[in-house]
Amino acid sequence: MNEMNEVRKPPVATTGIIGWLRINLFFNWTNSLITLFVIYCLYQFIPWILDWTIFSADFKYNYLGEQITNQEMCSRNLDPENGGACWAVIYVRFYQFIYGFYPRVEVWRVNLAYVMLAFALLPLLYTKLPYRKYFLYFTYIFPVIAYFLLNGGLGFTEVSTNKWGGLLVTLVLGCTGIALAFPIGIMLALGRRSKLPVISMMCTLFIEFIRGVPLITLLFFGMVMLPLFLPEGIDMDGLVRVLVAVTLFQSAYMAEVIRGGLQAIPPGQYEAAKSLGMSYWRMNLLIILPQAIRISIPPIVNTSIGLFKDTTLVIIVGILDLLGIGRGTLADTNWLGLSYEIYFFVSLVFFIFTFGMSRYSLYLEKKLKTGINMGAD
Amino acid sequence: MSEESIISLKNVNKWFGDFHVLQDVNLEVKKKERIVVCGPSGSGKSTMIRCINRLEEHQEGSIVVDGIELTGNLKNIDNVRKEVGMVFQQFNLFPHLSVKENITLAPIWVKKMPKAEAEELAMRQLEIVKIPEQANKYPGQLSGGQQQRVAIARSLAMNPNIMLFDEPTSALDPEMIKEVLDVMVDLANGGMTMIVVTHEMGFAKTVADRMVFMDEGKIVEEASPDKFFNNPESDRTKLFLSQILHQ
Repeated sequence: MNEMNEVRKPPVATTGIIGWLRINLFFNWTNSLITLFVIYCLYQFIPWILDWTIFSADFKYNYLGEQITNQEMCSRNLDPENGGACWAVIYVRFYQFIYGFYPRVEVWRVNLAYVMLAFALLPLLYTKLPYRKYFLYFTYIFPVIAYFLLNGGLGFTEVSTNKWGGLLVTLVLGCTGIALAFPIGIMLALGRRSKLPVISMMCTLFIEFIRGVPLITLLFFGMVMLPLFLPEGIDMDGLVRVLVAVTLFQSAYMAEVIRGGLQAIPPGQYEAAKSLGMSYWRMNLLIILPQAIRISIPPIVNTSIGLFKDTTLVIIVGILDLLGIGRGTLADTNWLGLSYEIYFFVSLVFFIFTFGMSRYSLYLEKKLKTGINMGAD
Repeated sequence: MSEESIISLKNVNKWFGDFHVLQDVNLEVKKKERIVVCGPSGSGKSTMIRCINRLEEHQEGSIVVDGIELTGNLKNIDNVRKEVGMVFQQFNLFPHLSVKENITLAPIWVKKMPKAEAEELAMRQLEIVKIPEQANKYPGQLSGGQQQRVAIARSLAMNPNIMLFDEPTSALDPEMIKEVLDVMVDLANGGMTMIVVTHEMGFAKTVADRMVFMDEGKIVEEASPDKFFNNPESDRTKLFLSQILHQ
């Protein structure tokens, strides 16, 4: 009996680092062979990429010690054998990449808006923030502040949106599109499931129409046709027109994602809420939507990341976002032929933002799982 | 008779598509009366009690609850639902809210009760169903019997005059049925008007004032438990009783 009560430990060879290696990397000889092959590839690739991007790269000066002002001065153009990436192009054009053609005197306004954006996101991303309630108030009024700050008015000099560009435009389009599309998408999803045929038909029509049309078409539509629908004398800003198109597009997708979540909620939840005397809106706001949105977090983040990247399409209608500035720089004879560096940089900036979103969604899923705990069934 | 009755169903008819699920159902329930409804599955017993708080819509006849007639009028429906509590077979707790929040949600948002008061009320209700120690857990962390007791507490927190139970113990493991039935017996002894759809005949014998037997959308027999179990009139009832009492 004593022996039975002793805690038996698992066999040594299956635990710890050695055990992990054995089980995952060297389980049998094919597995070992693949592991060795992958290690060899990484061994070949990693030193090369590190050398090109960092060790042999020019940042501000070339290997002769001169400050680089055009592509001919890049080490790799002076001596093809000796030199990696020429990041000087990013260094020289950094202002345009981040702010577009925003006047230099007024650029503090953009910087302030960037900092405020970070503060506005803080209570959304980090729910245990002390004084979160007050931070949230700030988040709600942030769009208004940002509008006056970036666009002008209330004593600020006006900066026309055709001077905006680069990361500024990418963030304005991405953030506004995602933030506006979320509530509109929820309303459309509820509308499509409504028992009132007129509402349900209108929502379905809207969603199907917008989803059935490529974003580029919608952008052209916004640019060319939207002004025709407006009363005479009212001129809509180009960026706003694009924003309308992007928001409509995103809300149709968001609606379908949220509808998917709504369909996963068992009818018993509706019945329980109704039997407690809840009205339609209370039932949806307190019971149904919190659960539906929780289920839909992965696809919500997925479509949001998709939109963030799709904002690059605005180049078609002549708005220069981050990628647009990159392409503009490439067309400059001073910087011809530096496409590797420019596309690498643009990709990296996009990756930082989209990877951030994706990690945030994982964090949310993990955090919310403890609450919803379906474990009992 | 109908003057003192709190629930009155007159010639109620309902169809699901072509299926005639309720056929001329008549039922009068007096204040503080405990009715147990039984019958084979598909006989319309769940549909009937779901019509009483308008989770299902009846198509013909009239249903009057506490003087309010159930029609398309949304205000009437809301008022009836405030009077009538319901407990479901699948508990239907809100999985994203803690036990306490499940109970306080409706008092706070529907009755506009202050939060502190609602929480006090929730704790009192949890004492009644004998699980105050589970207040901060989530439904997924509770056993089926505990979940169903929370569901009862949640309904009681709205202070209803009438409680409807739709097969409250059918989804439970046998050893948990008793803990839920005990709570229901306490409730019955406290003078609650109850309509219970159940196959727990032991429960029916102890608390029911009247048994209602349904088959194929009709009320076949209505009788006191004593008469119903010992001397039923219809053959259909006899067959049903012989099947469920000797399983």
